[in-house]
Amino acid sequence: MTLELVLFFILAAIAIATAVGMLTSRSTVYAALHLVVNFVTVAIFYLLLDAPFIALSQVAVYAGAIMVLFLFVIMLLGIENIAGELAWKNLIWPVVMAVILMVEGIFLVIQRIGQNALVGATGTALSDPSLMAKVLFTDYLLPFEITAVLLLVAMIGAIVLSKHEKPAKGGQASS
Amino acid sequence: MVPVSYYLILSAILFSLGTLGVLIRRNALVIFMSIELMLNAANLAFVAFTRVHESFDGQIFVFFVMAVAAAEVAVGLALVVAIYRSRQSIDIDQMNSLKG
Repeated sequence: MTLELVLFFILAAIAIATAVGMLTSRSTVYAALHLVVNFVTVAIFYLLLDAPFIALSQVAVYAGAIMVLFLFVIMLLGIENIAGELAWKNLIWPVVMAVILMVEGIFLVIQRIGQNALVGATGTALSDPSLMAKVLFTDYLLPFEITAVLLLVAMIGAIVLSKHEKPAKGGQASS
Repeated sequence: MVPVSYYLILSAILFSLGTLGVLIRRNALVIFMSIELMLNAANLAFVAFTRVHESFDGQIFVFFVMAVAAAEVAVGLALVVAIYRSRQSIDIDQMNSLKG
């Protein structure tokens, strides 16, 4: 067993444990913090897979921006604890479905992919962000620009949705 | 060196856990977090395949998925805030006004 394999199993155990912790925690804040740890472990996986730029974006965008937004909304609404929210008696069918999905996914992976392809952080050209930028700004320039429009639309949508509704004036009655 | 199938199996497990979260939780915020977990699992598979095929396409796709996830979270959380203002609850079982 190489060191990298040991590291992989430790990180995989942490990732799965934090995912289960997120599902079962009563407090929304704890769920969010579990998810932050999960995102950081996935970022380390990206480092192991020779993708340092994606790893740092993962930490900055997911663990940083998105989870801070979640925590901000939790604090804003004051919904840290929701008692009796997880109904244990309705749990059987969802668990059966999820287990079927998982077995199916793992079966397909084992069937399609041989065990022979080994991957590791060997410092190939893939880990060079400048080469990735070259591909991003040539072959994928149009999707990149569309992403900018998408983010603008999402920002305007968020502002419109979360705006305080004023008393309706004229025919513009808001529900 | 780690076999790429291990990464894909981990990705499948995380995706299933995200699905389970969407199915068993009634709290809209935790459901959003589960969706993030599923997107993340898909990203992990993308990066693993990038490493196998020695091409940047997967990493760039992950980049776009992150941008879409950020947009989705911004709009989704704004919706949660708006719903909480009108219903004083984010329990999705109580959001049944459109039910016939």
